[in-house]
Amino acid sequence: MLYIVIAFLWASILFYLLLGGADYGAGIIELFTSRKNKEVTRKTLYTAIGPIWEANHMWLIIAIVILFVGFPVIYSTMSVYLHIPLTVMLLGIIARGTAFTFRHYDAVVDDMQHIYNTIFAISSFITPLFLGIIAGSAVSGHIDTAANTFLSAYIFSWLSWFSVAVGLFTVAICGFLASVYLIGETDNDGDRLRFAHKAQFFNIAAVLCGILVFAASFLEKIPLFEWVFGNWVGRIAIVSATLSLVWMWNLLYQGKLALLRPLAGFQVTMILLTTTYRHFPNIVILKGGGYLSLMEHSGQEKTIETLGMALLLGSVFILPALFYLIYSFQKNPIDYRQEAH
Amino acid sequence: MNDFIAARSQMALSLGFHIIFSCIGMVMPFFMAVAHYYWLKTDQLVYKNVTKAWSKGVAIFFATGAVSGTVLSFELGLLWPEFMKHAGPIFGMPFSLEGTAFFIEAIALGFFLYGWDKFNKWFHWFTGVIVGVSGLASGILVVAANAWMNSPAGFDFINGQYLNIDPIQAMFNKAWFSQALHMTIAAFVSTGFAVAGVHAFMILKGQNVLFHTKSFTIAAIFGCVAAILQPLSGDISAKDVAIRQPAKLAAMEAHFKTEKSAGLILGGIPDEKSKRVDYAIKLPGFLSFLAHGDFESEVTGLDRIPEENHPPVGIVHYAFQIMVGAGMLMMAISLLYFLALWKKRSWLQSNWLLKMFAIATPLGFIAVEAGWTVTEVGRQPWIIYGIMRTADAVTPMPGIAYSFYLFTAVYVSLAFIVIFMLYRQIKMVGRLYDN
Ligand code: HDD
Ligand code: HEM
Ligand code: HEM
Repeated sequence: MLYIVIAFLWASILFYLLLGGADYGAGIIELFTSRKNKEVTRKTLYTAIGPIWEANHMWLIIAIVILFVGFPVIYSTMSVYLHIPLTVMLLGIIARGTAFTFRHYDAVVDDMQHIYNTIFAISSFITPLFLGIIAGSAVSGHIDTAANTFLSAYIFSWLSWFSVAVGLFTVAICGFLASVYLIGETDNDGDRLRFAHKAQFFNIAAVLCGILVFAASFLEKIPLFEWVFGNWVGRIAIVSATLSLVWMWNLLYQGKLALLRPLAGFQVTMILLTTTYRHFPNIVILKGGGYLSLMEHSGQEKTIETLGMALLLGSVFILPALFYLIYSFQKNPIDYRQEAH
Repeated sequence: MNDFIAARSQMALSLGFHIIFSCIGMVMPFFMAVAHYYWLKTDQLVYKNVTKAWSKGVAIFFATGAVSGTVLSFELGLLWPEFMKHAGPIFGMPFSLEGTAFFIEAIALGFFLYGWDKFNKWFHWFTGVIVGVSGLASGILVVAANAWMNSPAGFDFINGQYLNIDPIQAMFNKAWFSQALHMTIAAFVSTGFAVAGVHAFMILKGQNVLFHTKSFTIAAIFGCVAAILQPLSGDISAKDVAIRQPAKLAAMEAHFKTEKSAGLILGGIPDEKSKRVDYAIKLPGFLSFLAHGDFESEVTGLDRIPEENHPPVGIVHYAFQIMVGAGMLMMAISLLYFLALWKKRSWLQSNWLLKMFAIATPLGFIAVEAGWTVTEVGRQPWIIYGIMRTADAVTPMPGIAYSFYLFTAVYVSLAFIVIFMLYRQIKMVGRLYDN
């Protein structure tokens, strides 16, 4: 049962990265869009994610619940030492979720829209940045449970080149996912080209940030290179992700859009796989070589048993409903003008 | 402000904020479902307008409820890591089920809000009902988790270790039923009175009277039925508390001395030092009756409880008085309203009845906040009753006061924006829906 629970945890993180990530990315794109094109971006975004945005963010809740029920030591250690980035991320979540809803449901359209839009775009950037920082810090080995100063316990646990680089990488991935996602939502060549350019931009950004992550890992003596390339799973994943990327760009230039999303999803899945595979089951690495492990730091058997049952039961209800939701609104998209205001 | 007080204040602030949105999120779908049903059955356009107008309000509230809930699930760890380390695996069952309920709620909401004229109309209606049912389910589940803190169960506490954990037994602890029942009804009372009050106010102003009258009636009927049931369920809760948390009951009643045939204290200013209550009205024997259903029975006072385990008496006592006072007022209003519906139809047109409802707009939510203050402050100094002290659970990180100020600023601004947007929604009713 423990493996089932871990699989659910991994899957929720993956889905959050893919779906929530695309969702954040759409806001990031807005941040990087010229003023005159913002409105089109916004409309495409709204038609694409309006009905499912709430559901996209549930994956985070599922992941966090699994963590605090099944792996309480991991949850509470991270909560203590990563208090500050977690708080920033939460503020980002508050700002983003409310601004997204407010701008579509405000009965009067006036200058407030500008405020909502600004908050939305900025928090769409900040939130995944800090999510990435948190993920990076977990494996960076900078969390020091023996620290006795404020700085070493609560600041340097997360403020490092490596963590920040992972944060930027996450932002780039989100932007990339969103651009690819939105290409399929456009209804004319002009917009399609614009999002294709955006995808290109974020693709390059992701590669650059990736290099930054590796550079930082060398600087801070984090054996990232070994984690990724030191085993067959990692090597195969990286090669297949790269090949699929080439394939994806080829398809895009030929104007074949059907496979773009699955391919982009595949690439991100491979990235998550390589980065988690090698040091599974240790998901938090502490200063001085200690670690917190999903196997050793799990709750008592009975807890894991019931948690697993609850998750299995839940997925019987959730997955079909979620697919039907996505399918329905793909087939029958909402009309921006009619629904807003 | 010291870190411990700051952490408690931040928790109270976040929960007190969230509960308003979650009540609305649980109950409004049912109001909408009724309006929606009338629209589908009678083809009167006004019902469609009511449904649509409400659904926009709900979208705003839902988003705010969802983000504040997300914050809470992190805050439990950010503020109380020591608590979560031990409690997580025990009281996690309702949370893991709740995840499912939230997910279904979010999916159904997507269908409902965006599905107008897209699906079979009854399917569309049904998704609205699902939003309500799954909302209620998540409310009940999370209250079961809170009830566990009041009445820990499902583990053996041996030498500071939490052994033989049974999450199912933990979920169905002794307090879950009375708390879940009382909370569910409270959500209907508070949302019903708030919504009815706003619409009553608009009728008094003479704007879009048909629209507001239909809305008022739906909300008022739900709210009033619940308000009549609520004191009954409160009585169940009180009897329950008397058995499982005598210290809390004693604080609620400012009952300092253990005695037989104890008197019920109304109002008054309790003084914890001199163990007296000044300026109070005392009804002899009634406390014994309330707590144990017998005028003669003995009620444990604070003197039987070690000083270091006393909850703050003042706050709990005042909060309890406020809740019960608000509850009695709303029950009286409800009885008048039903009298009007059945016997005195002419009252329904009269201004005084509407004014009464308009004034009562915040009463339900005041009672909810007061009720939670009773429950949570009354449990102090324990975070897990009798097992772990709140002071031992708090995060070691210093500087929580700043985090508290920050969250206060955020929640206050959010509250203003939500009110401002609601005001704009209501102002636009005429433009959008009058035909
Ligand atoms: C509309 C809201 C509302 C109204 C009118 C009342 N209550 Fe209440 N009360 C709540 C809303 C509430 C609450 C916010 O929902 C609480 C907090 C925890 C809970 O389970 O319900 C609560 C808690 C609560 C508790 C503590 C339960 C515990 O700690 O487990 C007691 C003893 C009562 N109530 C009793 C009453 C009585 C005797 C009322 C008579 C009128 C009453 N309540 C009206
Ligand atoms: C939404 C309704 C709730 C409200 C309004 C509420 C209110 C409060 C208040 C006022 C405090 C501060 C007590 C003090 O400072 O003396 C508090 C503390 C706390 N509550 Fe609740 N509560 C609610 C529900 C819950 C639920 C459902 C849970 C958990 C499952 C919970 C967990 C806690 C924790 C962990 C604390 C901190 C420790 C403490 O001070 O007791 N609360 N809450
Ligand atoms: C008695 C107290 C509570 C009640 C009755 C309650 C009820 C609800 C309801 C009905 C919702 C749905 C959102 C909406 O309709 O606005 C919600 C949202 C949420 N609540 Fe609470 N809640 C309570 C306390 C808590 C606590 C203590 C936590 C965390 C530990 C929590 C976590 C959440 C989360 C994560 C969401 C967001 C789910 C979503 O995105 O839909 N709630 N709550």
